[in-house]
Amino acid sequence: MNDALGEPQAILVLGGTSEIALATVRALPRQRLRRVVLAARPSEGRDAAVAALSADGIAGATGVDFQAQATSEHGVFIDSIFDAGDIDVILLAFGVLGDQLAEEASPDLAVEVATTNYTGAVSVGLHVAQRLRQQGHGTLVIFSSVAGDRARRSNYIYGSTKAGLDAFGQGLGDALHGTGARVLVVRPGFVRTKMTEGMSEAPLSVDPAAVGEIVVKALRKGRETVYAPGPLRLVMAGLKTLPRPIFRKLPR
Amino acid sequence: MTQELSRQEGEELLTGWGRTVPSLAQVVKCSSTEEVQAAVLGAGPRGVLVRGLGRSYGDAAQSGGAKVLDLQAMNGIQYDSDAGLATAGAGASLDSIMRALVPQGAFVPVTPGTRMITIGGAISTDVHGKNHHVDGTFGAHVRQLTLVDGNGELRELNPDDSTGSQFWTTVGGMGLTGAITSASFDVIPVETSRICVDTERAKDLDEVMAHMVAGDSKYRYTVAWIDTVSASGRGVITSGDHARLDQLSVKQRATALEFDPKALASVPNIVPPGLLNKLTVRAFNEAWYRKAPGHRTGEIQSIGAFFHPLDGVQNWNRVYGPGGFLQYQFVVPDSASQLVRVALDRLRSISAPSFLTVLKRFGEANPAPLSFPQAGWTLAADVPAGVPGLGAVLDELDERVADAGGRLYLAKDSRQSPQMFARTYPRLGEWQKTRDELDPRGIFTSDLARRLSI
Repeated sequence: MNDALGEPQAILVLGGTSEIALATVRALPRQRLRRVVLAARPSEGRDAAVAALSADGIAGATGVDFQAQATSEHGVFIDSIFDAGDIDVILLAFGVLGDQLAEEASPDLAVEVATTNYTGAVSVGLHVAQRLRQQGHGTLVIFSSVAGDRARRSNYIYGSTKAGLDAFGQGLGDALHGTGARVLVVRPGFVRTKMTEGMSEAPLSVDPAAVGEIVVKALRKGRETVYAPGPLRLVMAGLKTLPRPIFRKLPR
Repeated sequence: MTQELSRQEGEELLTGWGRTVPSLAQVVKCSSTEEVQAAVLGAGPRGVLVRGLGRSYGDAAQSGGAKVLDLQAMNGIQYDSDAGLATAGAGASLDSIMRALVPQGAFVPVTPGTRMITIGGAISTDVHGKNHHVDGTFGAHVRQLTLVDGNGELRELNPDDSTGSQFWTTVGGMGLTGAITSASFDVIPVETSRICVDTERAKDLDEVMAHMVAGDSKYRYTVAWIDTVSASGRGVITSGDHARLDQLSVKQRATALEFDPKALASVPNIVPPGLLNKLTVRAFNEAWYRKAPGHRTGEIQSIGAFFHPLDGVQNWNRVYGPGGFLQYQFVVPDSASQLVRVALDRLRSISAPSFLTVLKRFGEANPAPLSFPQAGWTLAADVPAGVPGLGAVLDELDERVADAGGRLYLAKDSRQSPQMFARTYPRLGEWQKTRDELDPRGIFTSDLARRLSI
């Protein structure tokens, strides 16, 4: 259970090696944490993440096997997690950036990105929603992206998956309104992670830790959507209304 | 199992009186023991819990995804004046019991600061009042109670025979041993519905505490209000006892046993956040302190004015705004009396605005393993949940309270850790063993029980 000061006791991270998700776990008040489940494909990275959280004094960190694309297994997987005890916060943080040009040349690659980022998220998100609904409390945090706000030439395939995921998260939040279960859609901009390594930084770039702080604050306030960093809300509002002939001419 | 995601009829978001951490439950109204038994037998995977009038501050009377039983219709009251014994349905409120009993010259053995609690709730949380140093808790005056256990079977429990351990496990058991459906308890004979009150204003905390220790044996009822804004810890001590007929004026004697308190006002549900701030709380505390006489004896007050001043303001919990609030109440032995000052200082250091801070002395503990009161000092302070730094300060105070051999009151708690709870209620294991006899399938549960691994 969350306590009266909004501190959760049990966290499930879907995409357990996500730097942004792990930074969010670190930003949560750790005194009350009793269970942190990192769900990801088995990897050294996952083991290292579990070890790092434990070394940081975060209690109850474990790794479990999870594949975003294996949608037929999601129901059993989510049940096994929730059957062992209530989960207060679920961070849905898996996703791949892909390689736009390669995907344009071989659509199978684009399907992979779409299956992971969108189909996999819809599948596991709905299974999570059912369990949150049954337990009558808890928040599903969906990591969307400003890339979903408006499709750009350079990454519209990735962007379209995030646009779909974002719309899904908003609708699911509305469906769950008043049930004690909630959805928080987080729209980060350019975050300095392994995924963006080597890319030229966009304005308002942030570190994962900054996103984590923003997410925790939004959880406490019961927000439904949040940009990270906050001022991106204004930037994206401007970009979304820009006429296409001008938008096309923007760099990248 | 397919479940509609949107909220369905009969489901309610429930919170405690502090209005924090809501969870959704299926609220089931029961009007007979048979209906309670059926609800228990038909409990789903998330279990079942009885909720009274929702005055527990934290998450004791809510259970996400569970069936939450409303027994307010089971509110019958019988009074045997020869035996000095009252019997009431679990859903009867202390308010309705006083309305029935006071005109007949009887008073409840113990009342907390509100009448708006049920008998079932009073026993489950083993409430205390201003007379704890003399009379103990409410549970100490219960002669018998009926309980629908976790198997749906009806049990009659009392403190004296072979059911004694199950009785005391249920008293203070936070509703986790079963559903109390009715109880019989001793009443106090009274000549009037008035209280004869002495008031004393004390200029600092030492004076408040010294005065209370000196008054321990003199009064049945004693409580002190503390000005948390002033660094001195000044306060106002009110003490009293039931007024005798000869203490009333001629005019008052005409209505000597009348009891019909009315709610004066209701706080609207649109209080903006931040209404309670340093300035408003400072002003309130100053006025409250000034309003009290320096020293006054023999003032005749009504039961409502003396015991339940806040019941005059309906929904006063809304004053804290949408962010909600919590009440921090601990008890420490006399040997750790300095913790009262430490707690006041620490709360003031983060500018936690509190206008309802109450200090009391407790007498000895009763046999119930999870009953809160034990001999010593108890301080209760209301604090808005959003005060920055509150969590860290309360965690630090928890440590000190535990080190001193004290503990927190489960009816008020909404944030202590499972470790703190297990450490400060050392009889938890004994309690759980008997609870498992009464509810072997573990179907009685609550958000508080999940949070604290009870």
